[in-house]
Amino acid sequence: MSENTAVAASTTMPRAAAARATARSGSRVRLGWLVPTIYIVFLMVPIYWLLTMSFKTTNEILGGLTLWPHKFTFANYQTIFTDPSWYMGYVNSIIYVTINTLISVVAALPAAYAFSRYRFLGDKHLFFWLLTNRMAPPAVFALPFFQLYSAIGLFDTHIAVALSHCLFNVPLAVWILEGFMSGVPKEIDETAYIDGYSWPRFFTKIFMPLIASGIGVTAFFCFMFSWVELLLAKTLTSVAAKPIAAAMTKTASASGYQVGLLAAAGVLTIIPGAIVIYFVRNYIAKGFALGRV
Amino acid sequence: MDKTWNNRAWFMVLPVLVLVAFNAIIPLMTVVNYSVQETFGDNVFLFHGVGFFQDVLTSERFHSALLRSLAFTAIILAIEIPLGVAIALAMPRKGIWVSVCLVLMALPLLIPWNVVGAIWNLFALPEIGLLGRTLNGIGFDYNYTRHPVDAWFTLVLMDVWHWTSLVVLLAYAGLSSIPDAYYQAAKIDGASRWAVFRFIQLPKMKRVLTIAVLLRFMDSFMIYTEPSVLTGGGPGNSTTVLSIDLVKIALGQFDLGPAAAMSIIYFLIILLLCWIFYTLMMRNEEQ
Amino acid sequence: MARIDLDHIRHSYLANPRSEQDYALKEVHHTFDDGGAYALLGPSGCGKTTLLNIISGLIHPSEGRLLFNDRDVTELSTQQRNIAQVFQFPVIYDTMTVYDNLAFPLRNRGVPEADVDRKVKEILDMTGLSDRAGKRARGLTADQKQKISLGRGLVRSDVNAILFDEPLTVIDPHMKWVLRSQLKQLHHRFGYTMVYVTHDQTEALTFANQVVVMYEGEIVQIGTPADLFARPKHTFVGYFIGSPGMNVMPVAVEGRTARIGAQTIALPGAPAAQAGSMELGIRPEFVKVGKEGMPVSVRRVEDIGRQKIVRASLEGREIAAILGEDEEVPAEPKVVFAPEGINLYASSWRVEMGA
Repeated sequence: MSENTAVAASTTMPRAAAARATARSGSRVRLGWLVPTIYIVFLMVPIYWLLTMSFKTTNEILGGLTLWPHKFTFANYQTIFTDPSWYMGYVNSIIYVTINTLISVVAALPAAYAFSRYRFLGDKHLFFWLLTNRMAPPAVFALPFFQLYSAIGLFDTHIAVALSHCLFNVPLAVWILEGFMSGVPKEIDETAYIDGYSWPRFFTKIFMPLIASGIGVTAFFCFMFSWVELLLAKTLTSVAAKPIAAAMTKTASASGYQVGLLAAAGVLTIIPGAIVIYFVRNYIAKGFALGRV
Repeated sequence: MDKTWNNRAWFMVLPVLVLVAFNAIIPLMTVVNYSVQETFGDNVFLFHGVGFFQDVLTSERFHSALLRSLAFTAIILAIEIPLGVAIALAMPRKGIWVSVCLVLMALPLLIPWNVVGAIWNLFALPEIGLLGRTLNGIGFDYNYTRHPVDAWFTLVLMDVWHWTSLVVLLAYAGLSSIPDAYYQAAKIDGASRWAVFRFIQLPKMKRVLTIAVLLRFMDSFMIYTEPSVLTGGGPGNSTTVLSIDLVKIALGQFDLGPAAAMSIIYFLIILLLCWIFYTLMMRNEEQ
Repeated sequence: MARIDLDHIRHSYLANPRSEQDYALKEVHHTFDDGGAYALLGPSGCGKTTLLNIISGLIHPSEGRLLFNDRDVTELSTQQRNIAQVFQFPVIYDTMTVYDNLAFPLRNRGVPEADVDRKVKEILDMTGLSDRAGKRARGLTADQKQKISLGRGLVRSDVNAILFDEPLTVIDPHMKWVLRSQLKQLHHRFGYTMVYVTHDQTEALTFANQVVVMYEGEIVQIGTPADLFARPKHTFVGYFIGSPGMNVMPVAVEGRTARIGAQTIALPGAPAAQAGSMELGIRPEFVKVGKEGMPVSVRRVEDIGRQKIVRASLEGREIAAILGEDEEVPAEPKVVFAPEGINLYASSWRVEMGA
């Protein structure tokens, strides 16, 4: 197996798609893009709504329906950027979410490989048990989690939230990765060993590129579920590691329901996730570039 | 695939096991503890056996909430899974539009759930919301704060808007890992578009689809924040799904015992249904 | 069955190729005879897969035309070309039974069920899969799956050619031999035009009537296995074929002698032309180790059973020689080049030596 072969295969593939595209009947392609387009328009309308709300004053929002801000204002964003209790929320969230995503994916990779390639005592039960950890309603777990992490002195730290989110993210990562790994034939592993690859080198240089789309999807989902998780993040933090979602609950307090501020905060919450998916998009869309073995 | 028997694989699984078990077992024990003990405050607990469980299982209120949750989940799955797969199939595989599509589709997933609820709360208001005004303008008498049917409609629409992209992303990633050679071979064999879907794409997507179905099932069954912010369970209790009911009992009445018991029952229901789903969908894996 | 003509075909993966280097496949003009078994042999990246994909329709060539039985198929899609292709890894329909897998191409074309049954049974028999006909295709071994892939191509009677893209890659070594023999039998029996891509010379030499050796996008030689072995037209062919490959060493040629270092070698004839760097090629089989000739220092002797390979150094150049299993290397080893095995190359291409 050599790098040349992978290059040869990857240069074949785009041609393949191009040839297929031209050979395809014209009408199918014309209608084909309509579906995703309609869907995306459907998705964008409420987001546009959110965006406009963030540039309006609360009075304008609650006063009546306006399709765009009549009184354009940056005040909402100003508050967020200048008030530490707001922007630190973002920083904290990003920190613990990144830690969690890293831990979850790194721990899940060998485990998923084991589930995919080997049979061992209790494997099927273990696999299903992992998923059961996503099945419990969070509300009642808040108190026990608080007690647990306080007891080990990790209250109000980023690592506490990152670790606690492993409860639902690690099983998800294992499940998704296992699904993709099972699509790679075992023969590839065996050929690599015959060619003299050690396991770590095989895993990083040959295997991981083959499940690239799975890794991309997994990383994104771990990021996403950790980012939006509100209850545990609020429970396990108070000041130092307070996440943005908790900061947002401030908007429904003393001065009434500050919708504009909430909207601005909401808009800003979308951005880190959008960046993440932008970076992993290539992994998700990557074809199964079967290199020559 | 042919898996080799190798008990040393446990070492590869160990980090995962530690991370999850640490977070799962201790809290679980606490909850079980609460569910079988009565308290009258002041940290005095008395063993109450399965009393709370019986109360919950026989309560009318629980049954209604359960039914609503089941109905909601069924509708959600019936819409989101086929829709997500169809969109994934129609998406471009290469080129600049792929990035655009993926990023845009992912945006609803990234919004904190309370914000999602808040957006739709305002968006659907009959007077000042874009959706509400439009629907009323067309001729529907639409008000989700008053009519249960409208509330359900809005709730379902919100969830579809929020979560279908999850199915799309998973399905798309699954489709992307099908080697080109399969399509090529299908061409050579003269297969129709439907045959390609049925014999190549669908089987290869089976694993990811299972994950998508299970994820959506669990999350829609446990849904709390969005409906809570959107309708608060109303009008009346027409959208009071299980978790909303649970939180009302736990936090509203601060009855740890019944709340814990309800959580366990809740969890067991999900467990049972997931297990059924999983077994059905994975039935063919073992030869 | 069809004759395949490659009419001045060239292919570049770049949109605007400017120099020769930009072409992954340099000009190919060749005919694959109807019913011939051809191997496209070469190292990775040499262009053999590109050529195969042009024939199958996966790639549209930048220049040139492709003809099947004098019919221009360059613009036709894969499906319309009626070819069958076996890929590097088994491509089967997991959810169908073996029988249905084989029946699939026929049913898609609307063949009556009775005919389908007949043909499928015939192919099942031929590939030895009859006892598995009703089983799900998913649970089979790799070689059985490849047979199904192959069978799907054979089951159609209108197939113009069968293309193989390194099909034995995922097969166990001992099954490789079995499958190769079966492929050869199939060819004898049915006479399909078969084009087989591989980087393994054993596969190529045992399978094909004619081997097309490719290197860096060019066809360097087409010939029978014997031709390639005895009269390599390019140093690469000499080096690639045979185990160990041909010895190639730079020499200075004067008339009928070649000089390497301090040694002179008599050539069978004066070379017709001398352009660029000259090299002498000789197969280890034609290098005789004995007490006379040019002195060498022996570095290693490998015993491979029926023969021994002597790795030595001649005037600072690596050289290999074959020794019979009972022969010994003398104390002061010397080598002689048998004249019938001497080849001369100018800029890597063979030059004829006149009488």
